[in-house]
Amino acid sequence: MTTIRRLVRWEMLLAILVVALIAVGATVSPVFLSANNFSNLSAALTEVAIMALPMALVIIAGEIDLSVEAMLGLSCAVLGFLWAEGVPLWIGIPTVLIIGALGGALNGLLVTRFMLPSLVVTLGTLALFRGLALVVLGPRGVSRFPEWFTTFGFRNVPGTPIPWPFVIFAILAIVLGFILHRTWAGRHIYAVGRNVEAARYSGVRVDRLKLSLFTLSGVVAALAGVIFTARFASARADAGEGMTLTVVTIVLLGGVNIFGGRGTIPGVVLAFFTLAVLGNVLRLTRVSTEMQSIATGALLILSVVVPMVAQQLKLAIERVRRDRHPPSVGHIAGAEAAGGEEAI
Amino acid sequence: MSRHLGWAATFVGAAMLVASVPVVAQDASMEPAAACTPSDPPLSVIFIPKQVNNPYFDAAATGAQTAADELCGEFSQVGPQNANAAEQVPFITDATTQAPSAIAIAADGPDEVVPSLTAAMEQGVKVVGYDSSPAAGAYDVFVNQVDFSGVGVLLADWACELAPDCTGEIAVLSAAETAPNQNAWIALMTDTLANDAKYANLDLVTTVYGNDDPQDSATQAQGLLQTYPDLKVIVAPTTVGILAAAQVVKQQGSDVKVTGLGFPNDMREYVKDGISPVFGLWSVPDLGYLTYYIASLLVDGTITGAEGETFTVPNLGDYTIGPDSVVTLGPAFRFDASNIDEFNF
Amino acid sequence: MTETVAATSSEGRLGRMVTTVARQREASLVAVMLILGVFVAVQAPQFLSVSNLVPVTVLASIIAIVAVGEALVIITRNVDLSVEAIMGLVAFSVAEILSRKALDAPAAMAFGVGLGLVLGMFNGFLVSALRVPAIVATLGTLSLFRGFDYLIAGGKQVTLTELPPGYTDPARWTIVGVPLFVLIAVAVVVVTSLVLRQTTFGRQVYAVGSNPDAAAILGIRRGVVVFTVFSVCGLLSGLAGVMWGIEFGTINAGAATGVTLQVVAAVVVGGVNIFGGSGTVVGAALGALFLTLVSNALILLRLSQFWLEAIYGLVILLAVAADSFVLRRLRRTFTGRRSR
Repeated sequence: MTTIRRLVRWEMLLAILVVALIAVGATVSPVFLSANNFSNLSAALTEVAIMALPMALVIIAGEIDLSVEAMLGLSCAVLGFLWAEGVPLWIGIPTVLIIGALGGALNGLLVTRFMLPSLVVTLGTLALFRGLALVVLGPRGVSRFPEWFTTFGFRNVPGTPIPWPFVIFAILAIVLGFILHRTWAGRHIYAVGRNVEAARYSGVRVDRLKLSLFTLSGVVAALAGVIFTARFASARADAGEGMTLTVVTIVLLGGVNIFGGRGTIPGVVLAFFTLAVLGNVLRLTRVSTEMQSIATGALLILSVVVPMVAQQLKLAIERVRRDRHPPSVGHIAGAEAAGGEEAI
Repeated sequence: MSRHLGWAATFVGAAMLVASVPVVAQDASMEPAAACTPSDPPLSVIFIPKQVNNPYFDAAATGAQTAADELCGEFSQVGPQNANAAEQVPFITDATTQAPSAIAIAADGPDEVVPSLTAAMEQGVKVVGYDSSPAAGAYDVFVNQVDFSGVGVLLADWACELAPDCTGEIAVLSAAETAPNQNAWIALMTDTLANDAKYANLDLVTTVYGNDDPQDSATQAQGLLQTYPDLKVIVAPTTVGILAAAQVVKQQGSDVKVTGLGFPNDMREYVKDGISPVFGLWSVPDLGYLTYYIASLLVDGTITGAEGETFTVPNLGDYTIGPDSVVTLGPAFRFDASNIDEFNF
Repeated sequence: MTETVAATSSEGRLGRMVTTVARQREASLVAVMLILGVFVAVQAPQFLSVSNLVPVTVLASIIAIVAVGEALVIITRNVDLSVEAIMGLVAFSVAEILSRKALDAPAAMAFGVGLGLVLGMFNGFLVSALRVPAIVATLGTLSLFRGFDYLIAGGKQVTLTELPPGYTDPARWTIVGVPLFVLIAVAVVVVTSLVLRQTTFGRQVYAVGSNPDAAAILGIRRGVVVFTVFSVCGLLSGLAGVMWGIEFGTINAGAATGVTLQVVAAVVVGGVNIFGGSGTVVGAALGALFLTLVSNALILLRLSQFWLEAIYGLVILLAVAADSFVLRRLRRTFTGRRSR
């Protein structure tokens, strides 16, 4: 089965799940289909969704970036600090984006130049960036941002139920989707994820690619921090705590393989909608956050277990069929059954 | 084959989700009492406390439910697991979507909730703050549970009473650093300590934050005991913090005294042990009761939240709305060995 | 990781060199802690007081016990992110059982440890039988277990007054001046260390982590080994959860949040290689002690709490960089090939 067909199948599952959840939502709550609700739907997960897009690319390339929530926090803290010191936002925002790039580049360098495993490196920078955020801003919050800023963060595009931050998400999704699925850079990302040595031998600048991906992840996390500040009209050093888990969940739920080499942007977008609708339905029906937590955890596990169990069953059935009608030529490749590398 | 299996699994999963929702939803909401005629449209108030796993807000909820039963309205409570403004806002926006008559909110952070509360008010939902105030302008009325300056003076008084000869080092163990109510009380306590000669020998060495989390508060209290060996009193203006501090003091066998705001049932043993001979609070259920009533008065137009308006609430009395649309419940109670056994909450 | 099995003396020497490095890591951790201790004691003498050292070492013991379990998992080239949720769920369940007087204290504690074991076995099942990658599985169970925790808590907390009187006293018991919890942690470390070094199973754990293909060829049942280490990790997390409850008394559903980062940091600092196959549980336990001491030092030196996280991060990065550097050098020397 070709990769395209396998991916399309996963996205179909997600799409059906989203539709099913929407149906559930419309049934249990009269306000579910209102424009107001659509606006709220995506709002709570906006920053998470935005960070999930570059994260997908990083994971497809065979690495991971756990530090995104802390970079969001650092960017939020620095923006607040600068604002409180009287620095206007048109200087503050580019500054934090640059900080995001530098932080991402640090991750990238440690992984490529120093050849350290990204899981631990980004665990370290997760703590480091968060610590720096706390040092910069301390426990206080900064507020009284200009109205245009907070309107951008919280309100919709006039005349529509679409929040402004969602527009940013959409643009980013289109751009990164284009890069991943339609350019040579995207093909290189997949190649590196599947077999890094082979990619290297075919001339792919692996280190450069990974460095760029980590830098991108850092910049986007910083951007998410700006949006977070705008949405809450307040800057705090603990912004984004706990988000990394949700980001990785969205990416994995979207069909991206944790070992790299597989996954699509449409899948990630659909996964975002799945979680957003699920969370919304649960909140509207006053089902508690704990059910949401359970549902998210279960979804994540199922998203991996179901295809695997399905595959085992398929292979078992093929084996039975083979025993009954031995083929005349060769083996059906049982290579898939052996599983991938046993990396983390 | 596996394709069908995958779809089947998804449908089963979705079906299970559908089946579970009505069952769980019933547990989460509370039914209005029978034997009274609800108004048309029915009065529905959604309470959004700082966090849901907090006995303080559960106590307020009992008062609100009583009021709801008397008024034949609906009451429900939703909120975040952690006292965190970012987690609280989605509950505000989702509550607004359900178009209740009013929302009652104890803000985790005064500014973070402004955009969502303003949006709610624009849609005609009345907003009543309680316990912990959103920034002025983002609510119709704020129900202050106790006179701020009164509490500030009381906290200073109790610290003075517990420190030998009103002399020595004291420290504050608060809730979240953004909590507007605690910050207001602490600020007024600090003022009192600085401006009144009576407290000249008390030295407030530091303020630490326990985030209304029992473990964090305990760790902070332990840190205080270790870092300041001459500490005489810990002042904890939060029911979670005072209990944690008293526990730690008892565990360590320390001489430090603990005071602040706490529940009588939690602190009874420490009053008797002499660890926390005096502390205070107010009737938390009354806070919820008053808040619900004020919401109903706003909804039926009896009051608009303007300064100077007066109204009466059964069982509690007459109130006047003060500046910034604030209503104060009443003075705090003092608990000590002489009366600790009379209370049960 | 496609190194072929080289059953030559150079691999054997490599193994012994790695052991020496591990010993050196433990020794250097101890040295760093002593230096840190002296420094802090000079600045803040109350550091050495009983009232300070007892709570600090008690907390370090709890983290160390979880770190031992996590080290086992990481050595097999997996990871368990759900440990904090197991701890929290166990801590709350035990507290709830005690508050309802459904069981007496010893039975409730045994239940807690058993619950941890069951949860660990669930993780093990996902990873070994269903072949879910460990990071995904434990990310999922982190949410799942914590969700169940909040569900049964129903927004309440169990306060100290609802527990049997004297329940939290064991956190302060000492035997010959050493806190009970420290002795428990030491016992756990010693037993686990012996199993790892002296038994066949222990060697299998290392084999599965350092070269899974070779291990499979040698007939080691990877699934069984992985299932076992996850179960043990769950059991130890359950034990730590029970101890957490005894230490803190009041428990709500958010108990033990943030412990996963501390534990993984402790394991990494303690010299356990994230790629599996090397490291010791002694190192992990020392890592836990080290990080707890750093936290305590910050408080006593009256430094801003806010530096703590940044320091955790730097420490992790330095530890990993040092490890990676040393191991790569060793590998290059002994196998003559550039490893990734």
